[in-house]
Amino acid sequence: MQDPSTGPLATQATSSFTEHLQRSRPELLPYNQSLPAGMVPASPHATTIVAMTYAGGVLMAGDRRATMGNIIASRHIEKVFPADEYSVLGIAGTAGLAIDITRLFQVELEHYEKIEGTLLSLVGKANRLGAMIRGNLPMAMQGMAVVPLFAGFDLGSGVGRLFSYDVTGGRYEEQEHHSVGSGSVFARGALKKLWKPNLPEENAVAVAVEALYDAADDDSATGGPDPVRQLWPVVYTVDRAGNRRVPERELAAIAGAIVESRAAAGREA
Amino acid sequence: MTQQFYVSPEQLMKDRADFARKGIARGRSVVVISCADGIALIAENPSPSLHKIGEIYDKIAFAAVGKYNEFESLRQAGVRYADVRGYSYDREDVTARGLASVYAQSLGAVFTAEQKPFEVELAVAEVGFTQAQDHLYRLTFDGSIADENGFVVMGGLADQISDVVSGAWESELTLAGAMQLALRALATNKDIDELPATAVEAAVLYRASESNRGSRRAFRRLLPDDMTRLLTEES
Repeated sequence: MQDPSTGPLATQATSSFTEHLQRSRPELLPYNQSLPAGMVPASPHATTIVAMTYAGGVLMAGDRRATMGNIIASRHIEKVFPADEYSVLGIAGTAGLAIDITRLFQVELEHYEKIEGTLLSLVGKANRLGAMIRGNLPMAMQGMAVVPLFAGFDLGSGVGRLFSYDVTGGRYEEQEHHSVGSGSVFARGALKKLWKPNLPEENAVAVAVEALYDAADDDSATGGPDPVRQLWPVVYTVDRAGNRRVPERELAAIAGAIVESRAAAGREA
Repeated sequence: MTQQFYVSPEQLMKDRADFARKGIARGRSVVVISCADGIALIAENPSPSLHKIGEIYDKIAFAAVGKYNEFESLRQAGVRYADVRGYSYDREDVTARGLASVYAQSLGAVFTAEQKPFEVELAVAEVGFTQAQDHLYRLTFDGSIADENGFVVMGGLADQISDVVSGAWESELTLAGAMQLALRALATNKDIDELPATAVEAAVLYRASESNRGSRRAFRRLLPDDMTRLLTEES
């Protein structure tokens, strides 16, 4: 603990956990390392995330696969996380760094809330995440990029909003829907056909699962629904009441219905 | 040059302790009560924004009396300590005992080394899965630490209020019961029987918040409306 009596408090006071770490424990930051020259050995990569707005909120879904070159590194990985009560984030890219950046971001938001006694605004949260991704730029240049997708409910304006990022930390607000990761091209195609304005929540969840199904169909790094191991995508919805993880049971039924309808059509996808 | 007079260490410590005690005795009181539903924290505080009670971590809360700037800097330092620890190890590894001992060291160092001691008294509360696993620590200005059982009372009329609370406290108290007891106790030496909900700042650490409230964060601030609802629902 820093001794509150030393020095003027004003110079030490910060509501940002990242800034505090930067000053007192820089070795704990996930991206604050200078790497030696050379190639980074193969490491797990997280893949496709989709997000979309629906009537009264916004949702985010991610498949369960992490790949390392041609190897499936994990079938169980979760890539969508609640950031705080009113926002969620999904990650694509180098899994090890991405999961640590997620953890840092979660603590950052909670820390601000505890120190200041109030929540950060949604855009404020999105900007903090952008700053972290920019901090990771040196690692991205070594081939370890992390690309998040951020979604939350804006309590001020009462709508769900979506933000995408590039590796330099650029933040872009997306309308309607967006997707990141290796299977995002295919998921985007599916979303363009399936997404409608003001979808009810349960239909929106089904659209997200179907978009991931299409991504998994064409991208080997994206995992589809796995009835053998009972693995379904991770889906979070965020509305005025906060975020909610869609239960496995509902997802199993939705995924089952999609597979059934595709099989019944009897066509080449 | 002015001559430094010899002051014996006993006298020096006594003067510092008296100074700190006087500062604390001027302040309004805080009551922390462990009950069946969790831990209730109630402070007599007319300001709705300058808090004496705060969240430190998932299961840990902080309450203080004394000088606002001093305990606020301690609260923030506590949040930083807990968040760094939870981030670098795991959320489970942040305990009230660890936090309380760091507070004790800080307060002790300030008491002996600084120009003036902190005029504060702190309580660190951790809610457990069962009431037997609750921890209540009380820290005084000189860095001494006490592990309290059932409840903590701090501030101006601590002794008198403590008598009221100890007379009625029992482990089966509900949250509403604990709140009522605290409001009654805080009205000691006043012309009323019970403080109104608007005159206090209240918060609660809910027991088993994961299963009961769907959140690992057990801390919740109770607004005057919540308080009124809680107290009327019960009676």
